[in-house]
Amino acid sequence: MTTRIGVVTFPGTLDDRDALRAVRVAGAEPVPLWHRDKDLHQVDAVVLAGGFSYGDYLRAGAISRFSPVMETIIEQAKAGMPVLGICNGFQILTEAHLLPGAMLRNNHLHFICRDQKLRVENAQTSWTADYSAGQEISVPLKNMDGRYVADERTLDELEAEGRVAFRYLDGNPNGSLRDIAGITNAAGNVVGLMPHPEHAVEPLIGTGGTDGLGFFTSILKKLVTA
Amino acid sequence: MARVVVDVMLKPEILDPQGQAVQRALPRLGFKGIADVRQGKRFELEVEGPVDDAALARIHEMAETFLANTVIEDFVVKVES
Repeated sequence: MTTRIGVVTFPGTLDDRDALRAVRVAGAEPVPLWHRDKDLHQVDAVVLAGGFSYGDYLRAGAISRFSPVMETIIEQAKAGMPVLGICNGFQILTEAHLLPGAMLRNNHLHFICRDQKLRVENAQTSWTADYSAGQEISVPLKNMDGRYVADERTLDELEAEGRVAFRYLDGNPNGSLRDIAGITNAAGNVVGLMPHPEHAVEPLIGTGGTDGLGFFTSILKKLVTA
Repeated sequence: MARVVVDVMLKPEILDPQGQAVQRALPRLGFKGIADVRQGKRFELEVEGPVDDAALARIHEMAETFLANTVIEDFVVKVES
């Protein structure tokens, strides 16, 4: 049986097509999911893609978090279904309290779009097993609200439990506390990050790097061997 | 119809670069003596029916779960007469 990975489209999602494509390039079957449809169509995992769902009205991710599809995703994620939130998807995961902390406007107030070097800090999550701990990767970063914040106790807890999954290297692009680019939940099935691995999966596209492909091959292996 | 106002502000310990940008612009515009600016959101809710304890409890719940993200923001609910 093929592994089915869903990608949600909200009004204002931008990167759903790239995420679907990345799923296919990795060898899984991409399944488009619609924000108003509670049914996850038997997917084994879900990707919440980047963009500006609901125009970032109120706060980034705040309205999407209450959409019908998210009801099922929140329930399933708590039961262990793998979920990856990229950029706006990461913002939705924090608004849904599946991941701790919150995302705020970049500290310099500018939209940022560039290739970003990251260090993979945790290579044991469902979405990072194809990397090695400490590995440096480069993927595009493009956002307005990328500043990760949480209180000191939460940050200490994340560090102690190895739940900082990715850290920015060569300069902090948005004022994120402790250079955090992405985190995981305690179980390792829910991962969120601001940079965009789905834009770095094919040598012909962008700067030609394929450093992002590991996210999608990791989850595929995890699901096939599960 | 009664109006209930919900003011949402970033928590004091959270950096507010938008407020800082406003504060930095003030001297240039001739407004002196402002030591700090914090920028927030104000929601004006026109309530159908009486604003009793039950209605206020619902608005409080609305503010806590939706209008504000209490990880980063504080809110105040006020009834306007």
